[in-house]
Parts: sequence; structure tokens; C-alpha cells
Amino acid sequence: MKPLAVSDFTVVSALGHGRAPTLAALQSGRTGLARQDFETATLGSWLGVVTGVDEVQLAPELAAHDCRNNRLAELGLRADGFDQRVREAAQRWGVSRVGVFLGTSTSGILQTEIAYRHRDASTGALPAWLHYATTHNSYSVAGYVRAALGLQGPAHVVSTACSSSAKVFAAAQRMIDAGLVDAAVVGGVDSLCMTTLYGFKSLELVSDDICRPWDAHRAGLSLGEAAAFALVERDSPGAAAWLLGTGETSDGHHMSSPHPEGAGAAAAMRAALAAAGLQPGDIDHLNLHGTGTPGNDAAEDKAVVAVFGTTLPCSSTKGYTGHTLGAAGGVEAAIAMLALQNGFMPAGLNVQTPDPALHTLYLQQPREQRLRTVASNSFGFGGSNASLIFGASAGVAR
Amino acid sequence: MSIHLSVLGIGMLGPGLADWAGGHVLLREPSTWLHAATVVPAPNRLPPTERRRAGAVVKASIVVADQALAASGVDAAALPTVFTSSTGDPANCHILCEALATPGRLVSPTRFTNSVHNAPAGYWHIAAQSRAPSTSLAAFDASFAAGLLEAAVQCAATGAPVLLVACDVPYPEPLHAVRPVADVFAVALVLGPAGAGRQLQVDVTLDAQATACTTTGTTDALEDVRQGIPAARALPLLQALAGVAAAEVVVEGLSGQSLRVGVAAA
Repeated sequence: MKPLAVSDFTVVSALGHGRAPTLAALQSGRTGLARQDFETATLGSWLGVVTGVDEVQLAPELAAHDCRNNRLAELGLRADGFDQRVREAAQRWGVSRVGVFLGTSTSGILQTEIAYRHRDASTGALPAWLHYATTHNSYSVAGYVRAALGLQGPAHVVSTACSSSAKVFAAAQRMIDAGLVDAAVVGGVDSLCMTTLYGFKSLELVSDDICRPWDAHRAGLSLGEAAAFALVERDSPGAAAWLLGTGETSDGHHMSSPHPEGAGAAAAMRAALAAAGLQPGDIDHLNLHGTGTPGNDAAEDKAVVAVFGTTLPCSSTKGYTGHTLGAAGGVEAAIAMLALQNGFMPAGLNVQTPDPALHTLYLQQPREQRLRTVASNSFGFGGSNASLIFGASAGVAR
Repeated sequence: MSIHLSVLGIGMLGPGLADWAGGHVLLREPSTWLHAATVVPAPNRLPPTERRRAGAVVKASIVVADQALAASGVDAAALPTVFTSSTGDPANCHILCEALATPGRLVSPTRFTNSVHNAPAGYWHIAAQSRAPSTSLAAFDASFAAGLLEAAVQCAATGAPVLLVACDVPYPEPLHAVRPVADVFAVALVLGPAGAGRQLQVDVTLDAQATACTTTGTTDALEDVRQGIPAARALPLLQALAGVAAAEVVVEGLSGQSLRVGVAAA
């Protein structure tokens, strides 16, 4: 594929609002996770909660969109002046030529979960304050961002569980390549809600301890929430980074467990390399999906070793942000681009005992090094796999 | 910027429309169509345990996908897919929300797994033993148009066939009151690059009125179906494909982003 310019990007997670606090945390090894409650959920687990979401006020004309997910989206749009950068792009290309393609898994369903606690005692009706279309519905976050930024181009939500906001980069690349848009806002927003907190608990995939990807005694994931956005453009005078390749596959194996050999995951990484016209040796660093569940990390390790061997420096950043589900692909794309811009590879946090059964070169200390390319993996329920490759420049020097 | 495609196979399930083979005759001659609640059959492709677990959106999606696939003669294992839905699995959503409103908050792990929007895609690729790429989209009432555009763009990018599946299912109360969806409607198209098969030309159109369903009787009930179920926004296109003449329809999309679809003569 033709390299696609990423003009700007930002991220809001438990590490903070915007690139600077995110970068500082990644370089210093500070986690955003804390043992805390969320709303009425008192599960005692470690969570990556974004600060300041409750205080966000949406514009009065967008009040029907008001819910935690869209407030989180709004925080993301304001971070690093991202919204202003998009408005400049819309002026350049025209509002109908800028698409909005965002990933989410649960959208604003927290709003409906709360509404179910306030049903009319006699009729069972939901309270009048619930605006289903603009909060609960899967599309609502793309609808909110499109309205908030005044954009009128094509828009949709990709909802493929935890690969959602990696796949939107591929969707935008195709739309631009087909000539349907000249630019697109991509990324993902997923906020904490009861469905995921109690759902992952029911599957026994949540760790009581902080998540420990690649640790021999890892016992599950820690959940988080985040908004991450990137602006991709047909051309850009000062690109922050370049999207060089995308790879998407299905496992075709199981709804909630990865293929044990990571076959679909390996195929996604190979497809991304092929799209970028790169060899495995051209990749300098890999941001793993690395959730910290025993099965996920083992399958991903096999897939990475099959494609890259055992010398590619890898790490998971879930120990910083928690698993932000439908936002994870966008968050880790932002982290990949921060790594490229700043010449460093983040360390994987919380490893006490490296798992001898895993064979990738897993970083326990950050590494400072000029990087040409960083790959990022995102895998989800339903066997949905996506792998992205970002470059510091459009061409990769060998 | 036109995208040129061909239609290699069609599947359909909706009110009074059991499948494409019988249903396309009714769409061609709408006075012969009688409104009847959609009957969702159990898809043979799913193993019995999954047939029991799967929600209506999974079943209906797989039923129409298999209709379209059989007509196309394309190998399912190698076929990329685009699934699109406004509603996902409404009954599952309702039961989860009810459980989460109780003090114990006991959630069924199977229900949680099935709550992902890409459940139909996941079940399809497992049943088809397919590692081909797949995406699952949502765009509220414009979900069919979003899926059609994505499938068209993918087909143009790769030059290979793509399976598009759109499906919506009604919510039970109390959600039905805040998001009324009239009945189940599902449609599948195997789209290929221009060449063999019925030819399509897809364009984004900035300001156009969506095409209504054509009716020959005294009732506009088919148009009610189109307006009452997001996935049924495909009906005018399906009516054009049911006929043999060249036609042009506007498929309702987001405001300012509808799709003008030219259908060549059969």
C-alpha cells in the first residue's frame, strides 16, 4: 500500500490527557492502574480510570450525546489541540471529504445500564432521560465526533471487540486510496461499564492482582478506558508518522479464546508486512496485544516468534493503561508513534518472573534507540486480528 | 468517484420474504407480497450447540450469507467479509442489562461473549473455517449503506470478492420503546470486481432523496418495512436486482452521504 501520512494524534488514558503525560509515564515506567472502584462496581480489581471525565460538559446543542463514552471522546478531541488540527484539515479538504472511522466495543451502554436501575415500577419503561441513539447505540461515538467537529464525510464505527480501533486505520487507508475522502479522523473510544467489568469477571479473565503480561504467574487482564485519535491525510507537509502497512485476519477458531498457535495473529502480522513491502527484519519494535491472560500471551508469543523469530524487541503497554478494549488499537498506535518520534521502546511493566515458556525478546527496561518502524498488534473476541506498521518516514532505510 | 462491481450472489430474509429465490419474485411484483412476521430458520452451517447459543442476529446473518454464497460459487474459506448492523443482538443486550441491574450482577459468560458486535462474523468465520479478513460496522440507520460502501471499497482495493451481510433484529421491551425496529431483516451480497454477474456502479451522493420501495398495490407496506428496519434500507436495491431492467436507486446513508447505485440490465 501507499504510505499514509498521520498528521497528528493524541491519546487520553489513565496515564493522563494528551501526549506529554503519556510519554512521561512510558519513559519512567509509571502505571496509570490503581486498585479502585468504578461507579457502583466494587470488584477490588486494578482499573485504568481516566480522570476528569465526569466534569466534561458537551456543547449544549450536543446534549443528547451526553454519556461517559462521549465525554471521554470530547476529552480526547480537546487534548493536544487535536480538534483544532482537524478543523484546519476540514478547511483544506472540505467537510464532506473528511471521514470519521472510530472503534468502540461498548459505546455508551453504561447509560442504558444505569437506566435499567431506574425503570418505571409499574410499566417497566426506561426513564425519559435515556437517549438511546446518541449514547447506547454502537455508532454514537462516531456520530458525536462527526457532529462536534462539523464533519460531513463518510462515517462508521468498527466494532470488532479489542481490534476495533486498529482496524479503522485500514478502513481509512482504503477510503482515501479509493478517492472517497482526502482525510479521516480515526481512533477509538471505550469507557468503563458494568457489561465489561462483570463480563470479563464472569469469564475469569480479570486478574485480582495488577495485570502482568509475559510474567510466568500472570493471572489475567486489568481493564481500562481511553480515547485515542489520529488524523490521517492524503498528503501532509509535516507528518507526525506514517502508516506503512495494515493486516487483518480472522482466527476462525473460537469466540473468546485465541487460536492456540496464534495462526490468525501470525497471518495478520505477515499481511501487514506484505502490505508495507517490508521484511520481518525491517521492524524495529513491536507493541504486543499482551493482555496478561495466560492463553492470550502464549498464543501471541508463538505467533510473533513464527513471524519475527526471537530477536525483535517487544513489549505490552497494557500494564500502563490497562486493557482499553475497543480503544486499545488506537491507544497503542499512539504509543507506537510516540516511540518513533522520541526514539524509545517502552518497557513492559509488572514482570516479576519472566515466563520461560515465552520466547520473544520481551523488554523489562525501556530502550533508547532511533526507530524506523514500530508494529502494533490488536486481537479481539470473535477471532478478530489486526496488525499495524508505523514508520518515522514514508520510506524505510535499510 | 464511481466504484464498479458485480453481484455474484444474493441472500435475503425479512417479513414475508423467506429467501432470495422466492422473495425476488415478490419484490419484482410487490402486489403479490404479503406482510408476515419474519421467520428466522436455524442455520445448517452452525453446529447444534452453537445453533442453540446464537442469537437471532447471528442466525439470520448466517442464513442469508449462505444463500448468497451458494449462488456465487465462491469458496467461503477464502472470502473476506463485511458485517453491518445497527442493533447487534438485542435480546442478549436486554438480558445483560437486566442482570446488571440486580444486586448480584451475575452475568452469563456465554452471553457476555455473544454481546460483541462482531459475534455474527465470529460465528461465520468459525463455521466457514475462514481466516480471511472481516470487519463489523455500525452506522445507526445508515448501517447498510456504510457496509455497502466498505465492501465496495475493499473489493476495489483487492480485486477479489467480498461478502457483505447486513442484519437488524428488534429489541424486546423496554428498549423497543426507545429504539423501535419493526422485525428481523437480513441481506447478503457477494460482490466481485466488475466482470461476470450483474453490474453495479456505486457513488457517494451529497444531496439526494433515498429511493422508496416501488409498489403496485394499494398498500405501501413494503416501504414501511424499508423505513422500519435499518437493514431493510437495502430493499430498493434488492428490487432493482430482482428486475431485469437497468435501474438507479439511492440507498439511504448518513445525511449528505447516501449512495447512488446504478444497476445494469440483466
